[in-house]
Amino acid sequence: MMYALAAATPETFWAWVIFIIQNYGSLFLIGARNTMFIAITGTAVGFAIGLLVAVVRTIPIKPSTPTPIKAVVRLSKVLLGVYIEVFRGTPMIVQAVVVYYGSLQLLGIDLSAMVAGILIVSINTGAYMAEIIRGGIESIDRGQTEAAQAIGMSHVKTMVFVILPQAIRNILPATGNELIVNIKDTSVLNIISVTELFFMSKSAAGTYFRYFEVFFVTSVVYLIMTFTVTQILRWLERKLDGPENYTVMGSQTTPAGTIHVHHGDHRPGLGGK
Amino acid sequence: MSKVKTIHATPIAGDASKIVEVVHLGKSFGSNEVLRDIDFDVRTGEVVSIIGSSGSGKSTLLRCINLLETPTTGDILHHGQSILHGAHKVNDYRTHVGMVFQQFNLFNNLNVLQNCVVGQVRVLGRSKEIAEQKAMQYLEKVGMAQFIKAKPRQLSGGQKQRAAIARALAMEPEVLLFDEPTSALDPEMVGEVLKVMRDLASSGLTMLVVTHEMQFAREVSNRVVFMDKGVIVEDDVPEVIFNTPRHERTRSFLDRILDR
Ligand SMILES: Nc1ncnc2c1ncn2[C@@H]1O[C@H](COP(=O)(O)OP(=O)(O)O)[C@@H](O)[C@H]1O
Ligand SMILES: [Mg+2]
Repeated sequence: MMYALAAATPETFWAWVIFIIQNYGSLFLIGARNTMFIAITGTAVGFAIGLLVAVVRTIPIKPSTPTPIKAVVRLSKVLLGVYIEVFRGTPMIVQAVVVYYGSLQLLGIDLSAMVAGILIVSINTGAYMAEIIRGGIESIDRGQTEAAQAIGMSHVKTMVFVILPQAIRNILPATGNELIVNIKDTSVLNIISVTELFFMSKSAAGTYFRYFEVFFVTSVVYLIMTFTVTQILRWLERKLDGPENYTVMGSQTTPAGTIHVHHGDHRPGLGGK
Repeated sequence: MSKVKTIHATPIAGDASKIVEVVHLGKSFGSNEVLRDIDFDVRTGEVVSIIGSSGSGKSTLLRCINLLETPTTGDILHHGQSILHGAHKVNDYRTHVGMVFQQFNLFNNLNVLQNCVVGQVRVLGRSKEIAEQKAMQYLEKVGMAQFIKAKPRQLSGGQKQRAAIARALAMEPEVLLFDEPTSALDPEMVGEVLKVMRDLASSGLTMLVVTHEMQFAREVSNRVVFMDKGVIVEDDVPEVIFNTPRHERTRSFLDRILDR
């Protein structure tokens, strides 16, 4: 009996790795899928939250602004500042526990682990993205805002049609970085039993107590995910930068042609749709 | 269309034939008083040049007129109606007062045509077709029709400024403010922009131009305003300002700048 078990169980590191992949492959795939799902959804929702927060936080308060509006804007700015400080100033693993158990105990809402996980990653990412986007907005030359205001655009129109398209292009690398971080950091959600990759790995490892081999496979899966995403983001950035030249329209005085610009640094266009 | 909505039935104060009237305007940045008791106006069809040495408050005055800066004291009237006090909508007012900046400030995310279209569509609510048609009309006027597909960073300074003028014109404002439109240009590009501005002046556009181009001020303007240290020293026809200025400060400024 002892002999049979020994024959059935692998003996070398690589044999264990193969054994684990064969027996728990589907578990890794489900875990990886959930991790990607939470990371992508959380980053997307977090981006939207960050956008909204950043636009509010950059509303200019002028002496001419009516007092009630001034008060509302000031209060919103303070509250949003608190939100950013709290979620950037505490570990996501702690936030996960507080939100998951707190929502049940305080609000009587029984969130599924998955929903709680997405919620936490979104809110957490939102706090970081708000600051990244605000930095992006503030890095755009004031002249852009002034030109938009000079043709009568409101703060929101100025943001949507002029500033954000430029700011978002500039912060794309930082946003990609947030996604990469989220792919890795969803692992903390195992604390509330979200069935992401780390949780699944822990389950698999527990059965045979082969932590090293299992988590070796886990590392490779994480690496594949982050590497793939990095490559996709690079491709996206190149694509958004557009062609390096523009076409000159023909006229009576000038023949049509193409101008090549070598330092061309195009930004994605939103307007003129 | 833009002409219709600019006429206000019941002027509260001042003179409705004045597109913009600046009344006892003052502006301070902190304790630094930059403009003091400015009284001045622009009437339909006028070309007014503002001259004066650097730091005298010319840009600040222009920026107050379209409310990029909020005046500290005084008022600005649009056809006799206050835009600082009362129900005047700032963004609506701004569509009537165009601005051309020293640094062009073309929208970097948009190509030349889109730069001239975005305000028409998003602010004036024109259809895309009409907006593009108008944009083309003004881009042709400034000689930029062949560059509609270019992004700002692919253009020379002179081309950028001409596109920026077309963008402002496409909004069909009642008056166009120019803040040293040629000061950021390489010398060989100054001429093409001044030529466009001369054409606009002779086509009847109301213009308020801060400039160091004395020949332009002299030949094109109906009135020249000389500013020094935050006040208007002299406001008169170009012949008087350039030939027989009433104030010593005007004379010494012109002697210096004209090297005479
Ligand atoms: N945003 C600002 N904050 C503080 N001081 C300013 C600001 N803008 C202009 N000033 C000051 O106001 C004065 C007039 O500036 P400006 O209107 O630009 O003069 P000009 O256009 O005639 O050269 C200068 O002393 C300048 O330093
Ligand atoms: Mg100036």
